[in-house]
Amino acid sequence: MTPHPTTPALPLGDDALILSHRLGEWAGNAPVLEEEVALANIALDLLGQARILLSLAGDEDELAYLREERHFRNVQLVEQPNGDFAHTIARQLYFSTYQELLYDHLATTDTPLTPLAGKAVKETAYHRDHATQWTLRLGDGTDESHTRMQRALDALWRFTGELFDPVDGLDDVPWQTLRDEWTTRITSALERATLTVPAGPRHGAWTAGGGRQGLHTEPFGRLLAEMQHLHRSHPGATW
Amino acid sequence: MTTIAPEDTGQEALFDATIAADERIEPRDWMPDDYRASLVRQIAQHAHSEIIGMQPEANWITRAPSLRRKAILMAKVQDEAGHGLYLYSAAETLGTGRDELLDKLHTGRQKYSSIFNYPTLTWADVGAIGWLVDGAAITNQVPLCRCSYGPYARAMVRICKEESFHQRQGYELLLTLSRGTETQHAMAQDAIDRWWWPSLMMFGPPDDESAHSAQSMAWKIKRHSNDELRQRFVDICVPQAETLGLTLPDPDLRWNEERGHWDFGPIDWTEFREVLKGNGPCNDERIGRRRRAHQEGAWVREAAAAHAAKHPAHPPHAGTDQEEAAR
Ligand SMILES: [Fe+2]
Ligand SMILES: [Fe+2]
Repeated sequence: MTPHPTTPALPLGDDALILSHRLGEWAGNAPVLEEEVALANIALDLLGQARILLSLAGDEDELAYLREERHFRNVQLVEQPNGDFAHTIARQLYFSTYQELLYDHLATTDTPLTPLAGKAVKETAYHRDHATQWTLRLGDGTDESHTRMQRALDALWRFTGELFDPVDGLDDVPWQTLRDEWTTRITSALERATLTVPAGPRHGAWTAGGGRQGLHTEPFGRLLAEMQHLHRSHPGATW
Repeated sequence: MTTIAPEDTGQEALFDATIAADERIEPRDWMPDDYRASLVRQIAQHAHSEIIGMQPEANWITRAPSLRRKAILMAKVQDEAGHGLYLYSAAETLGTGRDELLDKLHTGRQKYSSIFNYPTLTWADVGAIGWLVDGAAITNQVPLCRCSYGPYARAMVRICKEESFHQRQGYELLLTLSRGTETQHAMAQDAIDRWWWPSLMMFGPPDDESAHSAQSMAWKIKRHSNDELRQRFVDICVPQAETLGLTLPDPDLRWNEERGHWDFGPIDWTEFREVLKGNGPCNDERIGRRRRAHQEGAWVREAAAAHAAKHPAHPPHAGTDQEEAAR
């Protein structure tokens, strides 16, 4: 096992890399042409962030393509399969609200992540707005869309506790405050959309979590197999 | 769209004069029904090609072998979606909406470029598509920037700029492979072997068999014949292939001093017609996937429309577009 860097750039870079990959799976499958453009925009922003963050931690391609599953530090939320459009939107809402709060905080500190955070917080605000608007449309749209959106929010809820597990190297982040603010924002977005804040636990014995320690969910291995296969098939090649 | 009898108004003379003077016809101008229909058909086919064309390349997004290439490919596929948007809007200025055109695509009543019915089997195919398919598209489309219909011509200016990026990126991808390991070089050569002839077919049937060409030329929708454009493309590609260190799969390719052009071998028009008829390697998959995405997205579009109807005064916000989302 090669040692991997312990900088916080790695977990945050992995979050962006993996979510970008999932969004990339939508290409050609979006419900409306405008969403092909919007989802690709978000995926590209995240990939751009991932490349900067992974480069702070080491060689971006080595880190993306040559690590084993147990060495990825992303939260489990971002690796969850796309599901229907409502699941993708729920995942976006939960994650972008978190990421905006985190980057907002990091942008005001003085760390190696500050420049990236300052730039990315604007992108993330757009991602959050996109997710919020769709949550509103789907929640307060038709009966079917309401049901689907609620189901998606419920299904992904157990992955949200992990977002606020402290990240090594980000000791100054007030995680509990972020968590409270996140809950307030999500509650307000869901209420506006006539949706219900899920009741299930976010933390506990068998809620999800552990991504930051390299423990992932079953679909993640398959995601990596697809992402890494070509690169790994040609050791040492340049692309 | 009702058309006032031209002889009563002198509108037809005005239309003819505008065309003759090489000026632009705009959406509110009178135009012959056939001109309108011909444009709608061409713009729709072009728009459909952009969105179907996303599929063979999206096939490689999740497997792109470096993060830099992944970003380039994602951005390219996104550009194609954007091209689809501009073109459906251009068709809309002629009175035909996107929903109607998509329905015609999904039910097989309108076509898209046959090139996208070929599969992308290896990573090198992404490069081959960029270099050859986007390259052929540019050769076809640059003259359309001077098309007599204003909105189409303007859309093409924007599109051509992006297509030329795509072409250069594809070329650069192939160059990297060609100069890479032996396996990578072979991968690039194999892709060129498979994509060369289909990309020559992108210019359409030979001039003497082209159904719509003559009238389109008279209306200045089209400026050059299929065969002229095909020749221009071959002349551009031959030296580029040489720089790439790759061989074009045509034993008859040779410089013709007299013509000042490259001679090339006969094109297999039977293959072209078969693919056009629906018997290509991926016709069913491409249209099937498009239909599936549309059907699976129906509830989303319905929700957006229902939401917009419930909240007509909902303030618009930056970034997304209420109306567009409601389509
Ligand atoms: Fe395009
Ligand atoms: Fe293109």
